[in-house]
Parts: sequence; C-alpha cells; structure tokens
Amino acid sequence: MPKLTINGMDIEVERGTSILQAAEQLGIEVPRFCYHDRLSVPANCRMCLVEVEGGPPKPVASCAMACGEGMVVKTDSPMVQKARKGVMEMLLINHPLDCPICDQGGECDLQDQAVAYGFDRSRFHENKRAVPDKELGPLIKTIMTRCINCTRCVRFAEEVAGTPVIGQMNRGEDAEIGTFIDELVKTELSGNLIDVCPVGALTSKPYAFKARSWELRKTDTIDVHDAVGSNIRVDVRGREVMRILPRLHEDVNEEWISDRTRFAYDGLNKGRLDRPYIRDENSGKLKEASWDEAFAFIAGKLKGVKGDQIGALAGDLCDVESMVALKDLMSALGSPHMDCRTDGALFDVSQRAGYLFNSTISGIEAADAIVLIGTNPRLEASMVNARIRKVWLEKRIKIGVIGEVVDLTYPYTHLGKGPQDIESLMKAKDGFAKILKEAKNPLIIVGQGALIREDGLAVQHAVRELAEHFGGTYNVLHTAASRVGALDIGFVPGEGGRDFHSILEGTKDGTLKALYLLGADEFDARGEIGWKTFTIYQGHHGDHGAARADVILPGAAYTEKDGLYVNTEGRVQQAKRASFPPGEAREDWKILRALSETLGKTLPYDTDVQIRERICREWPHLGAIDQVVSAEPAKFGKKGKLSKEPFRSPVTHYYLTNPICRASDTMRACTRDFGVEDNHIAEAAE
Amino acid sequence: MLDDKDRIFTNIYGWEEAGLKAAKKRGDWDKTATLIKKGREWIIDEMKASGLRGRGGAGFPTGMKWSFMPKESDGRPHYLVVNADESEPGTCKDRDILRNEPHKLLEGCLLAGFAMGAHAAYIYIRGEFFNEGSAILTAIEEAYDAGLLGKNAAGSGWDFDIILHRGAGAYICGEETALIESIEGRKGQPRNKPPFPAMAGLYSCPTTVNNVETIAVAPTILRRGAGWFSALGRNEKNAGTKLFCISGHVNQPCNVEEVMGIPLRELLEKHCGGVRGGWENLKAVIPGGSSTPLIPKGTCENIHMDFDSLREAGTGLGTAGVIVMDKSTDIVYAICRLSRFYMHESCGQCTPCREGTGWLWRVMTRMVHGNASVEEIDMLYEVTKEIEGHTICALGDAAAWPVQGLIRHFRPEMEKRILEYRKAAA
Repeated sequence: MPKLTINGMDIEVERGTSILQAAEQLGIEVPRFCYHDRLSVPANCRMCLVEVEGGPPKPVASCAMACGEGMVVKTDSPMVQKARKGVMEMLLINHPLDCPICDQGGECDLQDQAVAYGFDRSRFHENKRAVPDKELGPLIKTIMTRCINCTRCVRFAEEVAGTPVIGQMNRGEDAEIGTFIDELVKTELSGNLIDVCPVGALTSKPYAFKARSWELRKTDTIDVHDAVGSNIRVDVRGREVMRILPRLHEDVNEEWISDRTRFAYDGLNKGRLDRPYIRDENSGKLKEASWDEAFAFIAGKLKGVKGDQIGALAGDLCDVESMVALKDLMSALGSPHMDCRTDGALFDVSQRAGYLFNSTISGIEAADAIVLIGTNPRLEASMVNARIRKVWLEKRIKIGVIGEVVDLTYPYTHLGKGPQDIESLMKAKDGFAKILKEAKNPLIIVGQGALIREDGLAVQHAVRELAEHFGGTYNVLHTAASRVGALDIGFVPGEGGRDFHSILEGTKDGTLKALYLLGADEFDARGEIGWKTFTIYQGHHGDHGAARADVILPGAAYTEKDGLYVNTEGRVQQAKRASFPPGEAREDWKILRALSETLGKTLPYDTDVQIRERICREWPHLGAIDQVVSAEPAKFGKKGKLSKEPFRSPVTHYYLTNPICRASDTMRACTRDFGVEDNHIAEAAE
Repeated sequence: MLDDKDRIFTNIYGWEEAGLKAAKKRGDWDKTATLIKKGREWIIDEMKASGLRGRGGAGFPTGMKWSFMPKESDGRPHYLVVNADESEPGTCKDRDILRNEPHKLLEGCLLAGFAMGAHAAYIYIRGEFFNEGSAILTAIEEAYDAGLLGKNAAGSGWDFDIILHRGAGAYICGEETALIESIEGRKGQPRNKPPFPAMAGLYSCPTTVNNVETIAVAPTILRRGAGWFSALGRNEKNAGTKLFCISGHVNQPCNVEEVMGIPLRELLEKHCGGVRGGWENLKAVIPGGSSTPLIPKGTCENIHMDFDSLREAGTGLGTAGVIVMDKSTDIVYAICRLSRFYMHESCGQCTPCREGTGWLWRVMTRMVHGNASVEEIDMLYEVTKEIEGHTICALGDAAAWPVQGLIRHFRPEMEKRILEYRKAAA
C-alpha cells in the first residue's frame, strides 16, 4: 500500500493505483481525454500530465504512472499548468470552432477543459486540417474533423464490445479513426461509442440537431427493452423523448446500455394509441370513442359472462402495478385464467429460485466457468453478455454453449445443440465436464430458448440437476422486462386456471367469452385468438394486440408512468415518469381501477401510494427498491422426456423485439442496414 | 587520433570479405566460449567498467542497462533485441557494420544475450536495408552452420538463436518500444514507460533493446579488457572508440572510427579532407544526427565530439552523424526540411507531437521566405517547448531540438529574412 503526497495531501492507496486515480480519491481534478475508467490506458492525449518531484525534469502522464511509495506529486505547479496549456493548444489547433452547431456542445469535455486550462485565443495561423467523415451506420454520426484521436472508441469497440472494427489509420497528423475498409459498426453496444467520445466526433445520428442538452428535462429511470433493467436517463423536451442515456449502476449495466435501449425511443412517438377505440361490429372497423363509451361497452359485453369465462394475458413491458391491478380485477371477477408467459414458456415457476438469475449480474464476475444453455445473451441481454465478456477478458474463464453457434464476442466451447447434450455433459468425465468439476463457482445460464418448448419443464429439471451436479448456480436469463415481476406477484394460472396455450384454445372452442390483453403483443393475436372471443386490449402501441382487439384502452409507455419492474436477477427497480402519455392515454393501473368501478368491482386503491401499499403488503420484497432479494434454494422442474429439437434463441430480430422497437424508424433502419431480416409487423389498429 | 591497433571495426570499409572465414581472421568468434564461461556477472561488470555508453543516441551506460534484466527468470523468457532500424538522417554507421562486419554483431548478440539470460535475439532491420538484411542473413546461416549459433552456441553450453525481422521503413520503429510493437506485428507506436522493456518488453517478457554498434563492440571489449577500452577516449565517462559518419559539405564524406572526444575540427580535417572551401567557409554543424541542435562555427572551433562536451554546448552526440554545412547553405531551409521529416514520421499517437510537428513545419516554411512576423520566432520557440518533454517517446523532442538550435544560433538571420520580405512586399 504505497503512501504518497499529492498537492501536500497525504494518501495511502492500493498497489497499482495510478496517480490520476489517487488524485481523484482526494477530490483533485486532473483533466483527461483518453483515460476512461473501464478501458485500457494509452496515455496518448497527454492532458493529465503532472509533476512528480525527484523524477526526470519533465511532467509524467498521471493516468499511466502507478503510485510509488513516497512520491511527491503536484498537479498545479507552474510546470503542470504550462504543460496543460501546451497540450490544450495542440488539441485545439486543428479542432474546428463549430461548437455552436455541434451536438456535443454544452456537454463536451474539450469545451469544458479548454475553458478551464486553455489559452483564450489561437496562435495558429495555418490552414486547419479536415478529415473526411465516415459512414458508421444509422446510429452514429461522424464529424471526424473534430476527432482528437484519443482512441477511446477504438478501445471500447475492441475491449468492451468485442467487435474490433474501428482503429486508428495512417500516421502523424494524417492519423484518423475509421474502419479501414468501409464497414458499419455493427454491434449491439455501438451507441456507447457516442458516450465515450469526449468531443463531437461521434454523435447520435437520430438525435442530430434535435435539441441542445441544456433545454432537456432529465429523468432517471429504468429501461424495459430487455430483462436486465438497465438504468437510464430519459431526456425530454415538452412531452417528446429526445434521447436516452445510460446511468451508472455497477451491479446492472455499469455505464453502458444496448442500442435498443438507447435508440428505440422514437418509437414512443409513433403508432401510439392516444384514445380509446371500439370495433364496430358491422363494419369491423375501429371507431374512436370516449373513455366512458369504451368502459360502458366493456361492461355491456361482460354482462352475463361468468368469471371463469374470462382470461387475461400480460405482455412483456408491463409494470408490476398494472399487473397487480389486473390480477385483483380478475380475482374480483372470479377468474383464475391468467398468464404472463405469452411466449408459451412452460417451466416451473412455483419456486422463485426456479426463474431468477440467482447469481446476480455482478456475480458473473466471480464465475470461473460458465455454461450457456439455449440462449444468445448477446441479443437477449446485451449487458449480461458484456459482463461475461468482461470476465473472460480479465480471467480468460472457460465458457461452454449448448445451443446455436453464434458470435458471442468471446470464444467458447460448443457442447451441443439440444437437451440431450445437457445430459451428456452431466455424464461426461473429461473435456468441459472436467473444467466444470474443477471450477469453484461455475454458472449455468439457461435462456428462454431452452424453456419456451414443450419439454421446457423437463429441460428446467435437467438444468437444475446439471447445476447441482457441478456445484454451480442455476440462472435463468429472461428476455421480458415484466416477466420476473409478473411471476413474483403470481400472474400465472390460479387454481384450475388456464395457462397461455389453454387460454388461446379456450377462445377458439368458445369456452372463454372474453380476453383481457394487458400489453400482450408478442404473439400473433389475430391468428391465435378465436374470432368470437370479446378481446380487450390495453396498451400503448398499435401492434399485434390492438390489431385483434374489440376495445382498445390506451395506456402509458415505460417513460410515461411510475412503475416497478423486477429484472432477471430479481432486482426491484422503480421507473419514473419522464413525460405524459399522449392524448387520452392514461397510466395503466389507473385504467384498470376506473374499469373496475364500471364493472361494479371497485379495486380498493386510488393513489400511487395506496397501490404500492397493497403490493408491499402481499409481497414485501417488492418494496425493497434496488435490492436483490435472493431466492431460497429449492427443488423445481419435473423430470420428463427431453425432445431432440435443438435450442433456438427467441430473439431473432434484435432491433424488433417489442412494440416500441417495431414502431421506431431508427430500429427499422438498423434492421435494414445491419442486414437482419425484417419480420412481419401488424399495422396499427387500422 | 586512433591507432590502427585500437581499431575495433577493421573492415568497416569492406576491403576484406565479410564472411565468417575472413571475420575469424580479423579476430571475431575467437574463444567466445571462454568469455561466456567467465559468467554473466563478469560480462556485466566488465561492460560497466569499460564505460561503454549506448551508441544509439541516448548514451545510456550499457553495462548498467544489461544489469537491469532480472537475474532469475520468473518463467518468462528473456529477449535481446538489436535495433538495426538506423533511420536518423545523417547516420550510416550501422549500415556498414551490417554490410561488412556482421559477425561482430552476431558474436555480440551471443555474449550480450548470455549476459542477460536471453536465449533469443531479434535483429530488427529497417526495410530499406534490403542488401544489409541479406548480408546479415548470410552471416546468420554461416554462424549456424559453424555451430556458433543454435544449440550449445560456439561450444559455450548456452543455446542461442538469432531471428532477423525486417521493418517496413518507419522512422518511429527505431524507438525501442515502437520497435517491439512492430516485431509483435502491431502498428509501430511507442509504449508508455514504465513499464520499461527490462520488466515487460517483447511479448511482455524482459527485453533489452540495444543499438547495432553497442552490441558489435561488446566482443572486442570483453576480449581486450575493459581497461583497454576505458583508457581510450577523453575521460572515463566518454570512453572508447566511436564510429562517426560525416556527411555534407566536406571534401570527403566518410564513416570513420575514432576515439571518443576527438576535436570536431580534427575529425573533419584529418578524415574528411576538411570543410569544402576551407574551415572559414563553415557555417554550422549538426553533430549527432538530424535530431540534435546545430552548433555554429564559433562553437565548432574547440568542441570535442563526446557526450558531455556536446551536451554542455547545448546539443548532443546522438548517433554521431555529423552533418556539415558551409556558408552556401540556406540554414533555415535545411532545418525546415528536418521539420518536415519529423512531421512525416510522427506516429500520430500522442497529441503534442501529432499536432505540433505539422505546426512547426508550416511556420518554418514561412520562415524560409521570411513570410512571418518577428514575434512568431518567439512563438515558434514556445511551440517547440510545448512539444518537448510532453510526449510518450523522444520523437517530440527530436522534432523540437533542431528548431530550437536554429533559433538559438541563427535568429538574426531569420529576422533579416522577415524584414527583407516585408520590404519587398511593401
């Protein structure tokens, strides 16, 4: 533990700490451009120069110099000030003075540090250098003349994203960042390049020239595009979401987010349901209606329908509150027919340990071997994949995959394709089984690709046995933001209730007279729901569900309501309202509360506080915001026949996984430019 | 003046064969095994005692450098890397060693490699040295065939391999860490130090990078004794013999081995037939390759060609590539051309050098015609100071020094041009 003095202050730091980090611990600001906490240290910007007494008579780069015992460091001596001024002048001589039209303006490291450490005028009277812009795809806009060659983007792409497509080309003042052979930056983490760029060289293409950072209202909230629950900041002007940025959460997303999280926001303004609709029985067309008309219409239709003739399905983006309200309403109506697993998963959810990512996401870092079963984490949960890559990069742990052969950005051993291979891995003595046996903390991660199958229950059992056999941790990687919350509150068939498949069957054979879809868009509603069943759709986008609905109740998207979400590891997080829903649309649990009154089954809560109280009374762990309440170890799953069918990831179209993405032009452009097939998308309630 | 008996490179002019047979006749590979049998400590102590300083330009004591290598291997192999990327303008000493005395280098590799516990040496040769590379390859083959390299090299019991690696012609790859990067197959960009190569160099293993001349003189020093070598030269800190490369406005440009600290005037007049048009026609001399600041004629009168004398004069011995310029030289243009060289060779990694070298060259091109203001001379000097010492490697310094030397000694000439240009423009 070296002790050193910085600006006269003593500090003791861990071995290997750089001077810059030590200074930060003391609250001393050291300017920097190329240095980034989570990337390697090239020390090429030379902005962080400090004076170390007794060393050579020149300043040293504090980001790359480890603290030594008895060092005396000065960060504000005349030598340092002169060095910083010099470096800043060099950075600026070829940097265009286009801050007024630069999207980075107002949140630019170069701008801030130029004010703090630079000259007040230029002495450079030669022609400035211009660098041709690069085409990196529909997400990243480049103005390469602004680039200061810090290589943060290069290091991010190479180290964190694992897709080394960009680099520094040429030499000297001709050096430029690019892809060498023209290529798009095709990675699900590409948006983070924009964040790591300290200047305006890489900016967001969809956000270009849309707003200035200082006119935006910023709300800290939670993402719902996958089950990770990335922490985000939503920037809003008026009621329009202008952009989404990551927020630091070491245990979830660190400081990165995936492209879907960041760029799908334009879908929030398109294809929205902004007023209730009723389908005209004669013409089959949807007609605009008022809330009262819609509620009255529902009440009329449900008159005489028995409780057990009604079913309810909750979709992938629902908050806990709305699902609790729907569950309460269904109980009041006397229906046990409800399910949240609209992907058709059949595994055992009676034990919490059976459906959680028990190791927690940050717990991946403690793993020394990982088996991925029926999952492509790169598409299903990019932040989890980034975490796995991080561990692999640090410790070169061994990773095995049972499932599809895909590029996960790290090398792995392919152990097989389907359920049989789980059994053979368990029986094996050498090869990967040996690695697992010797590992102290092996992680078994099973994805929805292995559970959304007829033999899901048996697969779950086999995976649990595998985990127990090797002393590893059983983890489920979900793809839907609502799923763990829904399972926690038991939005599953009650006693004698029907599950997803059986509900759909019931609509076809006429035993179910009415069906309530709460944002359920991830199945072909028009094809799967029997034509006689009265279908109510509550949600925010005109997508699959709305296309089939007889009544549409417009709800709020995740940026428009305060709601609880439970991520795949069981972490309860609270989303905050950043803007208001459009038109007549309302917060979802309030719609259900209002409807319950019309149906004569008034739900016993009127305010946010009251419904939270209702939730915490029955499920106290949902009151522990940002806590992971771990599950008791349990036996779950059921031994059964395993099919030979290979596992397939449920996410085939990364950019089009939910109604918001499907409404987003940016996501469509990504699908087009990154060469993923477009899938059929139901048009908005026509 | 150096006696012929004290000459190390007796075939530097290629008057004899370069091959193994002729080299042995000249004394190379003579009882190499007995030197090795004396042990690592003895070799390093002997090198320290000889006062040999690195011949690549920085002049770091060689024995001390070798002693930085870990005594015991921690499992990682050790490497010796020979820097044959001789690209400094005005320097051509290594070229002639590679051509005509390759076995001195190879024997030196074995001795130095043994002294630092390395079983392999890489010779990194600049791409332009095509024939020299072939000469070295021939010599390596000869040495392997004669059992001087490979398993039990030269009967010493030490296994030793030499690998030739051709560069692609970038000046920056002569910087030791950029050279290492280049061998590893990456872009030649210098690394941050620390860690120094002796701790983590080639493939993150302990590595020592030495200049060709440094390694090539080692066998002779070890054979003839540290005392012999340190007795030559001006004082113990500037000891031994040195290859000087004299180019420019002298009657007979040449490479010549001389004692360290020979007076510059004697060097030029004895070996090069004097300055073109006589001593009085001398304008300035760049004493140590293009990166060292020039010295005007007044300083040249009594200067000794060694590390410390030249440093006192505000310049350096560098590679001892002496560039002589007579009164016909457009001195501003000459330095401007060097600025262009450094701009072209900057690797582009770190800010001051990437941006600053281009700025220097652009201002210098205006200075050549006087299309500038007098204040810009001060600005130019400040810019060189902003580059110097703020970069990852020494290329920034190398770009700054020639301009600093020019301003220090020829400011009146620069000012005169500016005034004349203004007069003509008015």
